[in-house]
Amino acid sequence: MTFPGVKALDNVDLTLRKGEIMALMGENGAGKSTLIKCLTGINAFEAGEIHVEGIDGPVVNHSTLDAQKKGISTVYQEVNLCPNLSVAENLYIGREPRTKLGTIDWKEMISRSSRIMKELELDVDVTKTLEDYSLALQQMIAIARAVDMECKVLILDEPTSSLDDNEVAKLFKLMRQLKEKGVSIVFVTHFLEQVYEVCDRITVLRNGTLVGEYPIAELPRVKLVAAMMGKDFDDLASIKTEDNIDFTNAPLVVKAKGMSHKGTIKPFDLEIHKGEVVGLTGLLGSGRSELARVIYGADKNQTGELEFNGQKVKINAPIDAMNLGMGLLPDDRKAEGIIGDLSVRENIILALQAKRGMFHLLPMSKQNEIADKYIEMLQIKTASKETLIGQLSGGNQQKVILARWLATDPDFLILDEPTRGIDVGTKTEIQKLVLKLAKEGKSLIFISSEIEEMIRTCNKLIILRDGQTVGEITENLTQENVMSGIAGGGEND
Amino acid sequence: MTNIKKLISKPLFLPIFCMILVMAVNIIFDAINGNFALNFFTISVRNGILYGRLIDVLNRGSEIAILAIGMTLVVSCSAGTDISVGSVMSLAASFCCMLLAGFGVSSTSSYNVPLFVGVIAGILLAGVCGAFNGALVAFLNVQPMVATLILFSAARAIGLLLCNNLIVYVRVDSFGVFGGHLGILPTPIIIAAVCILVATVLLKKTALGLYVQSVGINRKASRIAGVRSERIIFICYIICGLCAGIAGIIASSRITSADSNNIGLNFELDAILAVALGGNSLGGGKFRLAGSIIGAYTIQAITTTLYALGVSTEQAPVYKAIIVIIIVAIQAPPVKAFFARRQAKKAALKGGVA
Repeated sequence: MTFPGVKALDNVDLTLRKGEIMALMGENGAGKSTLIKCLTGINAFEAGEIHVEGIDGPVVNHSTLDAQKKGISTVYQEVNLCPNLSVAENLYIGREPRTKLGTIDWKEMISRSSRIMKELELDVDVTKTLEDYSLALQQMIAIARAVDMECKVLILDEPTSSLDDNEVAKLFKLMRQLKEKGVSIVFVTHFLEQVYEVCDRITVLRNGTLVGEYPIAELPRVKLVAAMMGKDFDDLASIKTEDNIDFTNAPLVVKAKGMSHKGTIKPFDLEIHKGEVVGLTGLLGSGRSELARVIYGADKNQTGELEFNGQKVKINAPIDAMNLGMGLLPDDRKAEGIIGDLSVRENIILALQAKRGMFHLLPMSKQNEIADKYIEMLQIKTASKETLIGQLSGGNQQKVILARWLATDPDFLILDEPTRGIDVGTKTEIQKLVLKLAKEGKSLIFISSEIEEMIRTCNKLIILRDGQTVGEITENLTQENVMSGIAGGGEND
Repeated sequence: MTNIKKLISKPLFLPIFCMILVMAVNIIFDAINGNFALNFFTISVRNGILYGRLIDVLNRGSEIAILAIGMTLVVSCSAGTDISVGSVMSLAASFCCMLLAGFGVSSTSSYNVPLFVGVIAGILLAGVCGAFNGALVAFLNVQPMVATLILFSAARAIGLLLCNNLIVYVRVDSFGVFGGHLGILPTPIIIAAVCILVATVLLKKTALGLYVQSVGINRKASRIAGVRSERIIFICYIICGLCAGIAGIIASSRITSADSNNIGLNFELDAILAVALGGNSLGGGKFRLAGSIIGAYTIQAITTTLYALGVSTEQAPVYKAIIVIIIVAIQAPPVKAFFARRQAKKAALKGGVA
């Protein structure tokens, strides 16, 4: 399976034994979703084969329905059922039991549904509508539907991300029951604890390749994080630590006190000095992006206050932050970065134009000048500056968005995953750029899944876990320190 | 071959092509009926006024063209349509005539308030209607269709209320000017030209066009880049309301009265159609104002042609519908893809022979 420009999945083997729960781990863009999509027939793959127990020869799935018939079912993070139908209807939608006349046999449907619920020890009235039940139960009903279709392989794609601890416990109980019945489960999650609670084995992917397949006992948490992020402990010795510059006397640019956003980031304090590069690190969902978004006003802060360049400021919308001299390169390039149907030129000048206001249109000559300058400076590969940005490769799109912010000449720039999905050469360029900007006296927040990058560019690393800041590393920026910080203390060595 | 392809891929090819098609139909029918073949294009001066089918199209199409300006912006920024413009036209006309005649007066031959006060007030009220729609869509996130449905049904009724359920006649010559003629030119043509000019300047000289398109394509990304998405959508709906107001005054002036039940009836549909015929996606995003304007006049050209061919007023919508179906079908992606496939096949065959 390849995507334009990047190979999303390269020669990955995955073995799933009968009656085991396997964790499929990897950072964003590692290829987990692509692998699942290949298994369930959503994406076609170019090379390789799938074999399923009881079926001779390689299996080819053309659709999810196809995959289900062959015993591979998937339950996604968002429950893909109809909330306004009854539980029984949801269980049998599309395959309703029929009477001789061809009408739906409601009695049979309800009795069969009740039986399934009882078997799975779920206390559910199948005639009630689905939305009467909690999200966790809905998810389990979705699983029940999958299991009832005689599935041999159940893929759970981040099923726990919207559940609370109690609900997670219930889900795990169900998973163990299914395991005893001989169902094999692929469990995708970002929560490390959960992996160690239910799984038997762990398969780790990174950048579309297989890192390895480990029995749970052989892969403690720190090693798992290392495997996901792509650093072996053997390599750690080769990392050079740079001299630390003391920023305590530099003027404060950002001073956040008790800022938070409900549901994403708990109250935090943060100080960033002039010319300082602060890295935010933690696993996905740890709140590293959310922290930056709250400062920028992309998500409005609900508590606390912010001082910028020594002034107390109130930011209601991103434009307010921009007028103060901030910029944010968001991590989701497609959803929040590019304006796909506009040209490279228009995408570059957009933020600067927004800052100038509607009635101060940049003259076309100036627009062309700016576009040319950054295309040259960042070596953006585009047919012309009038090419639609949507037609560029991911890395070049990212450079255009970077150019958009550089054009506004910000004092404080937040770069959220600026190097994701970009080739190595460009990655290095961006890192160099970050250091150059810092030398020019700009302050930056740098967020990346690749710790190595952060160590190379940041003066200070702030570690986040579960939506709160849990630590700060200013000295001894080593891979090992950072990783154990991210993984958190625990039962591992 | 490649030249044709280049021509077809030009952004304004389809609207212009449709326009030419309609004109060609005119020429053919005139020729068949033994008339002068270029009747459609003949412009003469009768009673000191320009006269001819082309002039008629430009004149009668003014309202749709003006509406199309606002509609284009609304469609682009909010991926929805403002279906209240026809009713708002009627409301603007009613309010203007009510002010000019005085409340409860059904016919007047002298102004109650100065002419410009009535006209400006009518247009401003339409702007307020636009602001109401815009507030619902931009700040409350109501679907455009639902938000504008409110005034679609209410505005006309409010107009009747303002006019005390009467058809208010303003029998003063100066009121008839907006729908009449200035010198030898019909005034609506001048007004439409001015509106188009103002809109063009607004789009060329301010960043409005960039903002509107960027909000329409990716509202979230625009917000992060500092565009106040809500405000832009709000402004577009106000502009759309103002356009409806201007169109309403013209329509009212043509009949020197405020006929609440009939002014602007079904005009919202023509305005939406104009945007679509102009090659603009009703899904929002990129837009071309010129396309919408050409689309507006194409619709009027179709109507005028049908009347010229002797199709009765009652039957005209049927033929109009057929023509619209054809035009829309030509532009539909599956049809385009079909022709592209056929061409590719032909090319492949040729290649095989050679």
